[in-house]
Amino acid sequence: MATFDTKNIAEVHQALHSHLPSDSALRVKALESLLVEKGLVNSETIDAWVEAYSEEIGPKRGAQIIAKAWTDPAFKQRLLDNATSAIKELDYHGHATAHLKTVENSTTVHNLVVCTLCSCYPFSVLGVAPNWYKTAAYRSRAVREPRSVLAEFGVTLADEVKVHVWDSTAELRYLVLPERPSGTEGWNEEQLADLVTRNSMIGTDRDLSPSKGTS
Amino acid sequence: MSQPEDCRPHPFVTEEGDAVFDEAWQAQVLAMAESLISSSQISANDWSATLGAELRNADAAGAPDNSETYYKAALSALERLLLSDDHLTTTEITERKEGWEKAYLSTPHGQPVELKN
Repeated sequence: MATFDTKNIAEVHQALHSHLPSDSALRVKALESLLVEKGLVNSETIDAWVEAYSEEIGPKRGAQIIAKAWTDPAFKQRLLDNATSAIKELDYHGHATAHLKTVENSTTVHNLVVCTLCSCYPFSVLGVAPNWYKTAAYRSRAVREPRSVLAEFGVTLADEVKVHVWDSTAELRYLVLPERPSGTEGWNEEQLADLVTRNSMIGTDRDLSPSKGTS
Repeated sequence: MSQPEDCRPHPFVTEEGDAVFDEAWQAQVLAMAESLISSSQISANDWSATLGAELRNADAAGAPDNSETYYKAALSALERLLLSDDHLTTTEITERKEGWEKAYLSTPHGQPVELKN
């Protein structure tokens, strides 16, 4: 009888713990409920942010910006002059908490973006940063050995192509403007946006030609 | 691992099928940090510096170089900033966490979990 009771108690205990959130989830619950009580955050704002960044705001925004720059030279110039202000023209909702600078790739220049300190990233136009962007390995190696890092992403650069590495900060983030691939003459913005990958706007992808991968 | 305790969006996936967030609390940490920066309750520079310090600590402690480590560092950074800016105290955080833990353990599965005073 005593054995049964002990076993029963253990099972009940296990069942109770099976839906107990993790330690981190409980700490977050504690923080959020305290901050809401103190009026420092609003729970609807938190929910809206989570929903927007989980489902809506992603690299598609950035791809639309790049496609527009490829088809509208005046917009491209404004994007290069002042990206923060140029992007406001597109009327995306969502608050950008930092300035944005566009860096343009060419046949002789390749741009690569990193945040060596933490994970600063233009999330209002690219969504939440990919996991590899936040790793210590990428944050340290992108500056030290950019060509090796690029090679691991499948980007092999000719020796004459210079690599510029841009270190993002809390106040200034970067968007890479990739080269428009050949063979896309006459394409509209929507078709072009489909070619633009998230990684190409960070600099870990370069060749966006439509024939890539089909040869 | 824990299940999302409410109706927040799940699963968190990108168009490419990669996970944006593995668990709801990871998204909530970033959401709180951005909300506090937007309302100038914490500064973007302090957030960046504190997160950077937590990431260095995790790396030095031999934590795996993955997203779980990143989000745990982000949570620790947020707690540290809120404590150092006197928005919260350690006692408040500890007691509130214990309150939530008791609430989960005393709520029958399937019922809404509510914090009791």
